[in-house]
Amino acid sequence: MSQLLPRSQPPLSAGAAALPHRVRRLWRWRGRDIGLVFIAPWLLAFLAFELIPTVAAFYYSLTDFHVLGTTTFLGLANYQQLFGQDQRFWTALSNTLYYTAVSVPMGLVLAFVLALILNVRMRGQGLFRTLLYVPAIVPSVAATIVWVWLFDPNAGLLDQVITAVGLPTVHWLDDPGWSKNALILLNLWAFGGGMVIFLAGLQGISQELYEAAAIDGAGAWRRLLRITIPLMTPSIFFNLVLGVIGSFQVFNSAYIATHGGPLDSTLFYMLYLYDNAFTYLQMGYACAMAIVLFVLVLALTLLLQWSSRRWVFYS
Amino acid sequence: MIAWTARPARVGRLALLYVALVALTLVMLIPLIWTVSASLSPIGQIGVWPPHLIPSPIMWTNYSDLFGLIPVGRYLLNTMVIVSAAEVGALVTCSFVAYGFARTTFPGRDALFLVLLSTMMMPFVVRLIPLYVLYRQIGWLSTYLPLTVPQLLGISAFNIFLLRQFFLGIPQELCDAARIDGCGDFRIWWRIVTPLAKPALAAVAVFSFQGAWDDFLAPIVFLGGNPDMYTLTIGLYMFRSTTTSGTPTTQYLMALSVLMIIPVLVIFALGQRYFIQGVALTGLKG
Repeated sequence: MSQLLPRSQPPLSAGAAALPHRVRRLWRWRGRDIGLVFIAPWLLAFLAFELIPTVAAFYYSLTDFHVLGTTTFLGLANYQQLFGQDQRFWTALSNTLYYTAVSVPMGLVLAFVLALILNVRMRGQGLFRTLLYVPAIVPSVAATIVWVWLFDPNAGLLDQVITAVGLPTVHWLDDPGWSKNALILLNLWAFGGGMVIFLAGLQGISQELYEAAAIDGAGAWRRLLRITIPLMTPSIFFNLVLGVIGSFQVFNSAYIATHGGPLDSTLFYMLYLYDNAFTYLQMGYACAMAIVLFVLVLALTLLLQWSSRRWVFYS
Repeated sequence: MIAWTARPARVGRLALLYVALVALTLVMLIPLIWTVSASLSPIGQIGVWPPHLIPSPIMWTNYSDLFGLIPVGRYLLNTMVIVSAAEVGALVTCSFVAYGFARTTFPGRDALFLVLLSTMMMPFVVRLIPLYVLYRQIGWLSTYLPLTVPQLLGISAFNIFLLRQFFLGIPQELCDAARIDGCGDFRIWWRIVTPLAKPALAAVAVFSFQGAWDDFLAPIVFLGGNPDMYTLTIGLYMFRSTTTSGTPTTQYLMALSVLMIIPVLVIFALGQRYFIQGVALTGLKG
């Protein structure tokens, strides 16, 4: 019968009863504190593999830590060098900004347009959606290897087609002027990921809105501008933020395809950071770069979040 | 979905759209088609113009020869260990933790959840170097441990977030009824919540597989010192680096790429029923 009553004062467990009386008064184990047991694994992992390393990164960034030898405290010297004297830092930053500024909008437009098209009921709609999505799930390492070969000036398919129609060979990965664009193209190949998000968003728009607008005489273009796009702004915002955060941290393609070359034209931020840490063993310096990246990404996200109040419409 | 009525003008536009769509799809898939074709080609037929779509003869032996050239089996084993840890971590631990955040109460629960969310904002690379130093100190470098232990402990905030959101959607009455019947939270999680969460778990399983299968930075940092520990991603990269000069091995490189691509496609195909649901779970609708 006592089981029907809500448990309010459970007896102390044997372990708790063994604690000194003062400690016991600080915290009584309540039956509902079982939740702590549930989150315990994550909490442990968070402390050991996230919190402490993050704090350590902040600390290392203030030193000349290079694993071997002695570590000297440098204060903000790393940051000063980064912003004041390191030309390659600015190169890496501008490369990354260019990459983000070009690939994200293009990816969004491509994904949006294709989502609109594939939202129309037609034969093979499901097949097209799947096929256009496939490149997005190809592992980035394999995709890079494939595209490196496609970009080959002699044996690669792209230049073979280009020269077959009479145009001069494009040196995709050898030409400092083209190399970033080549990597952007590689990234655009995977626009299907954004397309799927947009498709999900489009399906959330009530058909009645379109019907009502059509009855009122609104043409397709008007319906797009006044109904579709405003109601899609949450999805657009989502893809935009993810796209920006992802582009800032592009690594695999830069490392595998060109390793920063030619002439540092594809030296992206993450790659330069990696080289500083594991090639030049300047780990303190690399940690400073990592902190700067964190601040940049955070600032950008907050900026986007702030701007979203102006243009994102939550119905 | 907008239904088009088949008026003549519309039919013309629809046909044009169709052609453009087919063209785009072909262009998007040509890299993959070409890769498969090259993987089955004799060396003389790769990179010729016009390209042979179907090689003659079809060199199935490229794949078997590949295993003789580089330790693909070893790479696969290493990758599978890491993938398995990610999957167990996602499907068991993350679900366990997510239940804690969703359906139990404890001091600091909401604050800790905010902390969890904020970890998604922190780029991995910030922790990378201190983690390398830590693992070096405790002798975990060049072992499976750096890439399995955190996952098994449920470090993936994204998975926990996704599952927690889904669990919040499971009617409280179900859990309450079970509680009245004497079920403890563990039983509720295992017997009631988990079976109901199949769509979310499938989505999480697919995401985790893709993430672990394609992971490159972490393996190369933590395992890079020992070729026996290389994952498929590292193996593929290393193989490509050694083939830019010297003997032509493009067909083997493409074969290895195909081997890297196919499992992901299979997993995706298996989970795709739940996948679109999983995307919608993140609550994107305005």
